[in-house]
This record gives sequence, C-alpha cells and structure tokens, in this order.
Amino acid sequence: MASAVAMRAQGVVKDFENGGTATRVLHGVDLQIEAGRLTLLIGPSGCGKTTLLSILTGILTPSAGEVDVKDVRITALRGATKARFRRENLGFIFQQYNLLPALSAAENAAIPLVAGGMPLREAAERARATLARIGMADHADKLPNQLSGGQMQRVAIARALVHGPSVIVCDEPTAALDEETGRKVMEILRGIASDPNNAVLVVTHDNRVYHFADRIVTMNDGRITGEMTPPRASERQHA
Amino acid sequence: MNLVALKMLLGDRAKYLGLVFGIGFATLLMSQQVSIFIGLMTRTASQIMDVREPDIWVMHPRVKYVDELEAMPSVDLSRVRGVDGVAWAVPLYKGNAVIRSDEGLLQQVILMGLDDGSLVGRPPKILMGSLADLKRPNALMIDRAGHQFIWPGEPLSIGRIVEINDRRVEIVAIAKASPPFVTFPVVYTRYSEALRFTPPQRNKLSFVLVKAADGVDPDVLTRRIRDRTGLQALTWQEFAWRSVRHYVERTGIPVNFGITVTLGFIVGAAVAAQTFYIFVLENLRQFGALNAIGVTDLQILRMVILQALVVGVLGYALGIGLCSLFFWFTRDVPALDGFILRWQVIAGTGVAVAIIMLLSSLASIRKVFVLDPAVVFRG
Repeated sequence: MASAVAMRAQGVVKDFENGGTATRVLHGVDLQIEAGRLTLLIGPSGCGKTTLLSILTGILTPSAGEVDVKDVRITALRGATKARFRRENLGFIFQQYNLLPALSAAENAAIPLVAGGMPLREAAERARATLARIGMADHADKLPNQLSGGQMQRVAIARALVHGPSVIVCDEPTAALDEETGRKVMEILRGIASDPNNAVLVVTHDNRVYHFADRIVTMNDGRITGEMTPPRASERQHA
Repeated sequence: MNLVALKMLLGDRAKYLGLVFGIGFATLLMSQQVSIFIGLMTRTASQIMDVREPDIWVMHPRVKYVDELEAMPSVDLSRVRGVDGVAWAVPLYKGNAVIRSDEGLLQQVILMGLDDGSLVGRPPKILMGSLADLKRPNALMIDRAGHQFIWPGEPLSIGRIVEINDRRVEIVAIAKASPPFVTFPVVYTRYSEALRFTPPQRNKLSFVLVKAADGVDPDVLTRRIRDRTGLQALTWQEFAWRSVRHYVERTGIPVNFGITVTLGFIVGAAVAAQTFYIFVLENLRQFGALNAIGVTDLQILRMVILQALVVGVLGYALGIGLCSLFFWFTRDVPALDGFILRWQVIAGTGVAVAIIMLLSSLASIRKVFVLDPAVVFRG
C-alpha cells in the first residue's frame, strides 16, 4: 500500500530582498514527504534546506508556489490560523533545542499544550508521560542548565511529540551532539517514523545518521537534485 | 501562557530586579519631586487657605498676590461694609516686622493683625495658651514652626517676652499655622496692636475680609464690591490660585522642579525601557521558537505585556512605598511641614509609569514581530 502524503511542495520559489536586490534561494522546488517514513533532506550549507523547511512548516511564506500539509494548503493560511495549524499538526526539533531556561524539562515539553489553552500544571503532567517514553522520566523536574546536550535534545523531542502531531520536522537534530547521543536521538526519531500515521523530516548534513533514513532527498543551490539510497535501509526494512 | 511568561521573567532574577528597581527609582523621583513642588506652591497660598471664615478678600487693586502688599486707607473698611449683601467685613493687617528675643537674637517675622473683636484671620489650631489671651495688651501669638526656628531645640513655651519694633510683648499662645512660602515665623496680634507695633504710615489696612450674607452668591458679591468701591475683591479660592499662579509664572521654581521630574521620567523610562528591551532581546530566540511551535502573535503580545505589567506594578509600588516612607519619616521636620504625598500625585505617577512601560513593551514587541522566524532554525 502506498504511503499517504503528509507534506507536498509544488513549485516553491523564495526570493530574499537585500539592499534592493532580490536573491533567489529556492528555484521551483517540488517535494513530497510521506507518512510512515523518515526522510532526510541533505545538502551543503547555504543550499536552501532551512529555508525550504521554514516554508514547508509555514514559518516563512514562499514568493511563489504552494505547500499542503495533511491536505491543508498552509500557504493560504494567515496569522493565528496558521499558528494554530502548526501547533496542532507539526512538531519541531531545533538544532539549538530552544528550551526556555526558566522552565523545567516537563514544563518545556508541555509548551504546545499550554499554547493550546491547557493549564501549565496539567500540561506538565502529560508531558511527563512523553518524557518517560524517551527515557527522560528522571529528569522531568530539572532545568535545562542541569541537563546535557543530549538530554536537552530529548526534552525538545518530547516537546515535539507531546501534542500528538502527525508531522515532525527536525533541523540538524544531531549537529550539537556527540556520536553516541546523536545515535540515540535518531533511534527515537526512527521509532516515531515507524508509526504509519507519522511523517518525520530531518534536515541534516550529518552523514553519520544517513542509515536511519527510509529516504534521502538531496538538494543543491536551491533545487532538489535527486534522491540517494539510504545505506542499509533495505536490510532494516526486511528486519 | 501567562504562567510561562511569569516564569521567563522571574527566571532572570538580575534583570527582573533591575527592572523593578529602575521603575521604582523613577517612581520615587517623580512622586517625591512633584509632591515637594505641590507642597511648595501650596505654601504660597497657605495664609489664605488657613482663613476659612470669610468668603471674600478685598484688597488694593494693584495687589497681585498675597505677599505683595499695598495698604488701603481705613475708610475702605466702611465702604466695603456698606455694600449690599455683606454680612460682615473685618480688617486684616499683614506686614513684616523684626522681633528681638530675650537672648538678643533679631528675627524678621510676618506680622498678622487680626480683627480686635472677632479675631477672624486666626490660624486653624491653637497648640498652647488661649486665644482669649490675645485680647490682652502687648500680647502676641507665634506659630509652632516660628517658635522652633527662633528657639531651636527648646520645648514650646508661652510667657516669653520679646521685643517687636522695640515694644515689649508677651507670647501668650502658640498656634499651628500652615507654613508660608517665605520661611519667616508668623506672629499674630490684634489689628489695633499691629498698628501700634508698626511704624507710622498713612495707610495700614492690608485686606478686608468679607462674609457674604445668607443667600448671596460670593461671586456676585465680589463683582458688586468691585463695582461699588473700585477695590479688588476675590473669593478666597480665586485669591489662593492667583497667588499660586504668580509664583508658577514669575519664578524659576516650576521650571527647576519640572526639569527634575522630567529627568526622573526620562531616566526611569530609559532604564526600564533599555533593561526590558534587552530582556526581550535576549529571549528573542525563545519567543521565535514559541512562535514556530504555534504560539500566536497575540499570545506573545500578551506575554510581553504581562511581563511589563508585573515589573511596572512592582516597581511603581516600590517607588510609591519609598516616597511614602520619605514623607512619613520627615513629617516632623519643620522645613518639610505640609509636604505630603497626595492621591493625585500617586495617580499621576501611576499614569507616567504606565506610559513608560507601554513604550518599553511596544519597542520590545516590535522586535519580536519583525523577527525573521527562520532564526529559530539557525545554529
């Protein structure tokens, strides 16, 4: 059975104005991200990966082209509606974690629920269960400055999962981590992607994590240039 | 998200305290200086406001304020009494004199001569002695601040003999009078005695104090007195405001206080706005991340306004509290007598602090809203 399309970009163009000169960073990108798969988007620095990720998630508006997420045209949404759509359907994992330093791990993980109107205390209780799923139960009450880089990234993963989104987007989730911690983080993402309802899109140039992918999309100079076969992906699927 | 906003604010304790103290300092400076200014300006009319029995003050047409005196002939008292609608009219002497204490100290004083029969024009409260004793010959009443000024550190006492323009008089009573703008002691005697104590002069009637008859509008009566006598007649409120306005318009006092208050506002606004701006700036990435996660612009706006409101209210409370403590601790200092923290000052300072925090949060929130959302994806 074919996987459902979780995200679809059609003819996405992005120009940035700089001192009266427009610089085109995306040149008509077409891309589909399927549910139940872990997709890597790779390419050299400055090729437009992060800009594409920002457009796919509705954080940036494209100069031309359309983006659908779960059959909703996110490029047509505006303001609070778009923010609400992101909050309910997307989970974000950032390279720099972006945790609030004054909040505990559980409170940080609870943010999407709190933003949706749930009281912080109740949301933090629910976030504890998510933290427990990824082996962070013992650290739920710690502040970010009491956690290691890998632990902080796992809190960020819990934050991305707590509200049950169907699309998880990650920007260089392992870039700031050592190999062992990065591997653990990717195993968690791999587990999330194994659910046929979930799509996971990871932007990275960390070739240590390529073997976790179901699909690798390559990008260069603002264009999708092709796909790579993930190393050992077929063996994992057989297993 | 309110609790998240508060935790973000309180989490950065150094900046949080800096903000509260910055606002507190600005509040203290503004409320304290405005209170002193109002107290000082009120003093310019204190001798009018202390005399509440009459409705109208009648004076020479050239008099501009209470400390500028041009005496009228005594016959003017009768002319005023002859105006329809006047229930009663009494004379009041006001002038300067020099008294010599028993220690030989010379001191210039403000001499008030009250109507011999009614003693209208007396200060509101007698602290020691009896007002009736003022009807004895060579009797003088002094205000408490004047007593403390002439005999510093000594307990209030009556029975002292002083010389006034070389005439020996006895202090028979001590009064609590509102302090005048000039810091001279105020002494009271009867009108006839004041005329005796002061050097000969063709005219000595400083003011005629008038009570309007029942059912007569004081405003109407002032116009009638002006028309019938050619003298200047003002209700006590008009005369008080005219005296205050004179000092406001003709002296540099309001400008100097205005500069201090403005500086308080600017310094407070600068400290608060800069600290708050930096606070928001340092949390810009977090706000960006929240926005990316799905927190709406309105929710972020409410978070920043809540943070501004909390530091504004706490800083304001701290500043008003310190200002209250200042006036409470200095309540018995004669130089600051009558200087109080009025509700109008509390309210006005509150408005100023609200403006400071509004400007601070607007400047900061603008930064959040023009943030490149993709900043959250950068390493």
